[in-house]
Amino acid sequence: MKVAYWPGCVSRGFTAELHGSMAAVAPMLDIELVELDRANCCGAGVIAEHSQELADTLNARTFALAQQEITKGADLMMNICSTCQGAQSECQQRLDASAEYRAQVNETLSDEGLEYQDGIINKNFLWVLVEEIGLDKLKTLVKQPLTDLRVGPFYGCYIVRPTDRLDINRAQPRDEYLGQVIETLGGTVIDYAGSHKCCGFPIITMNKEASLEQAGRHLGDAVDAEADCLVTPCPLCHLNLDLQQPMASKQVGRELNMPVLHLPQLVGLALGLSPKELGLQHHVVKPTSVIDWSQAVVGGVSGW
Amino acid sequence: MAEFKLKIRRYDPESGAAPYWDEHTVDLEPHRSVLEGILQARNEKDGSIGVRCSCRAAICGSCGVRVNGKPGLACHTHLDDALASAGEDGVIEVEPMGNMPIIKDLIVDMDAVHWKKIQRVTPWLIGKEPVPEREYIVSRESMIDVTQSMACIQCGACVSDCLSMEVDPLFVGPAALAKTYRFVGDPRDAAHEQRLKDLSEDKHGIYDCTHCFKCIEACPKGVAPMNQIMRLRRIAGNDFHIKDRNNGERHEMAFVNNIEKNGILHEADLLPDSYGGKFHPRAVPELIASLPIVVTALLRRKMTPGKALLHPHKAPDGVKRIFEIVEGREERTEFNLYISGTDADNAPNAEVAEAIEATEPAAVAPDGTEGSSA
Ligand code: SF4
Ligand code: SF4
Ligand code: SF4
Ligand code: SF4
Ligand code: FES
Repeated sequence: MKVAYWPGCVSRGFTAELHGSMAAVAPMLDIELVELDRANCCGAGVIAEHSQELADTLNARTFALAQQEITKGADLMMNICSTCQGAQSECQQRLDASAEYRAQVNETLSDEGLEYQDGIINKNFLWVLVEEIGLDKLKTLVKQPLTDLRVGPFYGCYIVRPTDRLDINRAQPRDEYLGQVIETLGGTVIDYAGSHKCCGFPIITMNKEASLEQAGRHLGDAVDAEADCLVTPCPLCHLNLDLQQPMASKQVGRELNMPVLHLPQLVGLALGLSPKELGLQHHVVKPTSVIDWSQAVVGGVSGW
Repeated sequence: MAEFKLKIRRYDPESGAAPYWDEHTVDLEPHRSVLEGILQARNEKDGSIGVRCSCRAAICGSCGVRVNGKPGLACHTHLDDALASAGEDGVIEVEPMGNMPIIKDLIVDMDAVHWKKIQRVTPWLIGKEPVPEREYIVSRESMIDVTQSMACIQCGACVSDCLSMEVDPLFVGPAALAKTYRFVGDPRDAAHEQRLKDLSEDKHGIYDCTHCFKCIEACPKGVAPMNQIMRLRRIAGNDFHIKDRNNGERHEMAFVNNIEKNGILHEADLLPDSYGGKFHPRAVPELIASLPIVVTALLRRKMTPGKALLHPHKAPDGVKRIFEIVEGREERTEFNLYISGTDADNAPNAEVAEAIEATEPAAVAPDGTEGSSA
């Protein structure tokens, strides 16, 4: 399949390994990425906090650029960031609700010759995996099942709430997909208190203690549940959970050392890529448990 | 009638015993409420089950509980829906709300948390002076905007699951901040600026919300407290230019300016700019505190020194133009779905229109002459 691909900003800045691992995994899943390189930041909720119309217009611009690719043959728009998914869905809900409002936004876009038509399909890589590629197909692609790897899902708020806006329901349990993917890849899903909670990132500059307390608590819960690592579809969560983990550890007064993987990295491991090819060496918390696991697997294979 | 299994969390702090689960089977129509289930168990099986309720019609806000882990009104949750969201064992779990101390079983201490926070935000109108001889006169439209926050029935469901409050019990919280908007959005109130200044400067005020959507998901009345908090932030920053000591306004503006300049987010500048710029006195201690992290990030090649200093991106002209146009407007456009509804909601419904027509006697004949009914 071909997707109009919005990588997001953080995945090209602080978490470059996310963009890199997505690029490495895509061909193996038969996904062709057409990068929307002229598109702009979704605003991560912060621009909407300043001006709703500004956020809506900026995202309408990205959607319009994606729609140009869709006319040229892409199946849908794909993102790799929970926060992008949530912030963009929020704007889309308003844009799609009213032709009058859409006209006002399109008027602003017309200077650039762009126009957003309602009803774009924009899915996070997680949703694409389960709904477009399908778990059965994914299973057939697994080369190194994640046997004995204990993985805790960490969703990030923006991809699980509010459920009505994100079309999460019994028929489409998008808030359970991470667990389904981990299982399909052969890993063990770890149930812990923080999986659907907030990492605290949005208030890191406003109330640092409370922010780090959230990250530290969820990481600590995962440690107590004996997870080997966490996996997240959100690079902003990754910032608070990995980059800030040394500070979070100080805040909650305990050792954490919990590696946090980006979703494409976890998929890549099971599809047979090495930790290095997936950029795991760039993480702040050394993913020792994951690397040990992959060496054991490779060792086991070469011992045949 | 159908049988439903209810698992109720029991706890009596005065007894000194630990909380435990108590299971009862009740026999009720599937469309009856979880509250009726609890009351049947109490009336027929165990009179000591503690539960609070009054109206039984989703109006009084006294029956807030968690059903299968999600907060809501017991009287407003159908047994069949609760069964559908139950675990594989088909048992409906009922627990007290979170973030508040338990008085007994399903009854939590709303006074200790919820009402105290509501009191904190001066929950009454501070009228404009001089007080008019008769009533204050405001336009109808100016009040529509606050109807969403006025829909609150003070049930505490949003407080129960607020993720900021979970780590920071001092956080003013969703219900009280929604209440604040009820007055900040009211043209008759004279204290908009003081209210906002107070809650911006408070470390546990409007900038302590982590934007987790839990309160939106929890609220049985569509109040969407988080959206009201975002409105408060917009008004505090854009209309009153309140520069709070928690860097809330600065962070917002640093982000907005960052995107205007770069088109996509340039995080290396965001942190120092949130504290007022790389050379702002406030930024220095913060940057020193985050230095070990920056150094590890450099070591792991998460960021390159070049990236930390240079701007690899420049905003496309289209993005700049959007900022110019939208930021240049005299008034902010805010499209609130709760109030406006969608085009589909508002589309004339052919069936309804026909039904109305059928019941109305033709007062005016098609040729424009008076109908003969008179
Ligand atoms: S949410 Fe993040 S990664 Fe996505 S566009 Fe916005 S800032 Fe960039
Ligand atoms: S968990 Fe944190 S970074 Fe992730 S979406 Fe929620 S608030 Fe954002
Ligand atoms: S969005 Fe804010 S107020 Fe609402 S539950 Fe989350 S942290 Fe609390
Ligand atoms: S805002 Fe909603 S959930 Fe919160 S107290 Fe009011 S009615 Fe209840
Ligand atoms: S009993 Fe009044 S709201 Fe449920």
